[in-house]
Amino acid sequence: MDFKTFYNEVVTDHNMHPLHKHAIENPDFEMEGVNPSCGDEITLQLKVKDGVITEGGFVGDGCAISQASADIMIDMVIGKKTEEALHLADLFIRMIKSEASPEEIDELQEAGALADISHMPARVKCAVLGWHTLDEMIGKKD
Amino acid sequence: MTDQELKDNVIKYRKLFPLLSQDIAYLDNAATTQKPVAVLDAMKAYYEEDNANPFRGVYDLSERATERYEEARAKTAAFINASTPEEIVFVRNATEALNLLAYSWCEDNISEGDEIVVSVMEHHSDFLPWKYMAEKKNAKLVKLEPDETGAVTDEALDKCLSDKTKLVAITQVSNVLGRVNDIKHIAEKVHAAGALISVDGAQSVPHMKVDVRDMDADFLSFSGHKMYGPMGIGALYAKKKHLEKLRPFMYGGEMIATVHWDRVTYAEIPHKFEAGTVNVGGAVGLSAAIDFINEVGWDIMEKQEEKLTLKAVNGIKEINGIRLIGSDRPEDHKGIVTFMVDDVHPHDVADIMGRAGVCVRAGHHCAQPLMDHLGVKSTCRASFAFYNTEEEVDKFLTELSKVRGLMGYGF
Repeated sequence: MDFKTFYNEVVTDHNMHPLHKHAIENPDFEMEGVNPSCGDEITLQLKVKDGVITEGGFVGDGCAISQASADIMIDMVIGKKTEEALHLADLFIRMIKSEASPEEIDELQEAGALADISHMPARVKCAVLGWHTLDEMIGKKD
Repeated sequence: MTDQELKDNVIKYRKLFPLLSQDIAYLDNAATTQKPVAVLDAMKAYYEEDNANPFRGVYDLSERATERYEEARAKTAAFINASTPEEIVFVRNATEALNLLAYSWCEDNISEGDEIVVSVMEHHSDFLPWKYMAEKKNAKLVKLEPDETGAVTDEALDKCLSDKTKLVAITQVSNVLGRVNDIKHIAEKVHAAGALISVDGAQSVPHMKVDVRDMDADFLSFSGHKMYGPMGIGALYAKKKHLEKLRPFMYGGEMIATVHWDRVTYAEIPHKFEAGTVNVGGAVGLSAAIDFINEVGWDIMEKQEEKLTLKAVNGIKEINGIRLIGSDRPEDHKGIVTFMVDDVHPHDVADIMGRAGVCVRAGHHCAQPLMDHLGVKSTCRASFAFYNTEEEVDKFLTELSKVRGLMGYGF
């Protein structure tokens, strides 16, 4: 696979200049996600009001794929209902498993930039770390 | 040996490794080495000509399988200069050897308040079994810390040793720092303190002459797959006097003398520690690997690995934004060069280099306590075997110098 399709600008940009890599105050949800094989770790935080995600952030340390993916995810889910966020997480995880249709990948907008990771088994866990954590965190409560 | 002779020899022996015909620079030899055709052929021949369950059958074929297995044991013993073959227990790998030792030895030799000294640079396999047993026995695990270059100083060691010390567990070569520990000297001090020494030889036995009697190690563990042998075979060396007193680790077939409902006697050493059908094919492969190492000789192996390490360490120092882990001096790295790239996570470095055909390892290298000690989360590592070439090191350095740029950072 070509280098450019994998470490593309979307990924390197979000890695170098993350929009949401910071702690937020009084989060309603907080969960740590760890990828033990690589040591990637993130702590994901969200504020939710009336079922809508109003604020989000993460702190952590890991490879560009894990950090960029988490940043893109938070950017996408802010302003969305938790069910919509869970739906996106489901789509993303299916995209990485090569199970999503082109239309579904379109729905993932910027996160679609990570689609090629599905061909790179060693990096799959990095890409889904944030999304899995989100899924566990808000999918579990209630 | 002239430089040209060394080069010719490396090319000659490298050709005997089928996998190395692929267009990649395989620089992850501390994780596992490739296998020469002699090892593969020996294993094939065993399964095609001599395979049967050893020890059990009285027919000729089973006896041949037993012979192959015991020949391998004798060869392994001679390779590390053990006194007798029965001091070698075959296991799956160094991890199993260390678990066997920690479980069985601590069970009878460690009591509340005793101390086990473990260096902070140990691989998890030489840390977790001791930690588990120390906790189980209410004993204390004492941390031996190397200096910033990876050296174990007398001062640091003396601080750890006391009249409560029962055992010191230390690696002969750190799988991250590449530093060689002077086991002979350390063993002298450990013995003077009335304790035993267990040496992790996973990274030393494949790359240098290891003589258990000369360095007076009580125990030595190593893996076959890191020394050109197959995966799934390794060895625990123990002085006979210790092995005779050690309780079994796994129970089952082949490790017994007699079994009745109310009384059991165990087999003699080393069979007492080899429950179940043993890995004869693996032992035969390890035996062939030892023959291969002896054929090439330490002179060629060590000279080539030193040359590659020197080139890599010096090359890394010239690239901006790369930080070497451990000593600055190439001679302190036994074929292992660990580094970090500023701003770029080690997994991205290894991934980018992997795409360019350079195989390096990224992560904590199963040595998280050492990572904590060094204040890093994870690192990249290039590790050499004698079959690597200077051209491969050049390729490694060229690709490494591109990484920061590819990730959007300045040079």
